[in-house]
Amino acid sequence: MRIAVCIKQVPDTEARLRLSGDGTWIDEEDLSFVINESDGYALEEALQIAERTGGEVVVFSLGPERVREALRKALALGAVRAVHLKDPAYLGGDSLSTGRALAAALTPEEFDLVLTGSQSDDVGFSSTGSVIAGELGWPHAWLVMGVELDEATKKVKVTREMEAGMNEISNLDLPAVLEIQAGLNKPRYASLKGIMQAKKKEISEPSPGDLGLSPETLGEAGAKVEVLSVAFPEAGKGAQMIEGDADTAAKTLVDKLQKEARIL
Amino acid sequence: MAEKIWIVLEQRDGKIHKMSWEAIQAGQALAAAIGGTAEAVLLGSDLQEVASQVAQTALASVHVADDESLAVYTPGRFVTTLEKAIAVGQPAYVLFPHTYQTVDYLARLAQSLDAALVPEAVSFESTDGSVTWQRPVLGGKLFAKVRAKGSGPVLVSLQSGSFSADEVEKGSASIETLSLDFSAMAPGREILGIEEAAAGDVDLSQAPVIVSVGRGIGDAENMPIMQQLADALGAELGASRPVIDNGWLPRDRQIGSSGQTVTPKLYFAVGISGAIQHLVGMKGSQVIVAVNKDAGAPIFNVAHYGIVGDLHEVVPAVTAALKEATGD
Repeated sequence: MRIAVCIKQVPDTEARLRLSGDGTWIDEEDLSFVINESDGYALEEALQIAERTGGEVVVFSLGPERVREALRKALALGAVRAVHLKDPAYLGGDSLSTGRALAAALTPEEFDLVLTGSQSDDVGFSSTGSVIAGELGWPHAWLVMGVELDEATKKVKVTREMEAGMNEISNLDLPAVLEIQAGLNKPRYASLKGIMQAKKKEISEPSPGDLGLSPETLGEAGAKVEVLSVAFPEAGKGAQMIEGDADTAAKTLVDKLQKEARIL
Repeated sequence: MAEKIWIVLEQRDGKIHKMSWEAIQAGQALAAAIGGTAEAVLLGSDLQEVASQVAQTALASVHVADDESLAVYTPGRFVTTLEKAIAVGQPAYVLFPHTYQTVDYLARLAQSLDAALVPEAVSFESTDGSVTWQRPVLGGKLFAKVRAKGSGPVLVSLQSGSFSADEVEKGSASIETLSLDFSAMAPGREILGIEEAAAGDVDLSQAPVIVSVGRGIGDAENMPIMQQLADALGAELGASRPVIDNGWLPRDRQIGSSGQTVTPKLYFAVGISGAIQHLVGMKGSQVIVAVNKDAGAPIFNVAHYGIVGDLHEVVPAVTAALKEATGD
């Protein structure tokens, strides 16, 4: 089974954030970047399926130069090859223009399955995988918590998470796009051998022209949504912050819960 | 001409999803702000009762796509139905409740219409007919103001609790049948069934006090001090999603949009940053206490009391202070 995995590199959300100069995003200068959490689970699922079925995993990502590090990591984990859409024309888009570019990059190769994470931890549109499926004309499922392949019938049975502890079970014809929810499996760590091998693996960088795409349909130019500004939530309506060292703060808190909130 | 606002409602087996009412209120507010008309859209089978319920609100009309093939949700049929309906009705905005069902098909609809997509909006502003939407980014640490550009309808999903179901304006709407050819619509994905996910039987909705732990606790080794705090408070343990995914607690203790929704007297959140998927499951709690090392964690926006600090120090100190206060 040939599997493509689309990953995104996102800022480490534990990091302390500052706004960028123009106020439309955060300052990326001192941030560390990681593979988006649910994309990591998608990659692990793909690697496990490839191992079971004797297939291979190719990893795709769209983003600036720094994304190469995320692709190297995916190669170290076991992907055989990577495709990096880094031309400036690809960048700054919404999920429509991003999905369009990734779908075009996937098309020349014949995949049986495309996996992505279900949501990015930065902009969180939860939609790039669905857009890819639409561009390819394949069925898709979002928020997938279980994957059962039937190679004989060329179908995949998926369990999708719903609200309030319910699951939906459905059957998709292959090829299909599955948008994986975090928690599906136990992502592996890269081995030293994997890291060494990754250095020799190919990372191709197709231009829009290579993919037959015109730049005005891509990135920021092709997006239907623009970000005007970002801001921290309004201060003032938040919590009453309790100061002091741990013991003092703890005593003050308990006192307030007893006398002010009256719930103890 | 007044711009048309469509509100696509979610219902299952003749029962309207609560967030559908919130979406109606959002649609009414948007119509008032831009001088447009708000209309509801229902997809499903045997919708007469649901439609007449929705028709008792201040909307211009309720469009009903009522067909056996829509009885069970499939993305293929819902996307094709809405694509055809939108081509005929030409709404400027199409609003949806941001449910997991909506997210499953909304981007696919946007792709096929080449329409602007604004997921998870929590509010809007309108100036001179230009509408901007606010939505959380980076796990709710920041909010982005976004605007659609180019032509075509704008598809917006509305995050739970952002608009008020109680403030839906009553009125009377006409019910209109959407006459579409349903026969040609491929299902794309065959739904085999819907089942209970959690095998466990912990019902946190009845717990008066909950100590809830998040990724910030760092390691399963820190669970005992959380359990000691829970014991001192007579509380049940709950958790946000990453803790469950890491296997530190069983899935039936998950609180949030894909787990349980709770409204205890006291919700004590430790190491939970406060992603919106978690907040929708607990923000109705009477008193919320948050302990987190990151002063910028969004949990502090919904908490009543907050302590910024190292949970290894703060949690045992609170346990000790509780024991002292209650004379244990």
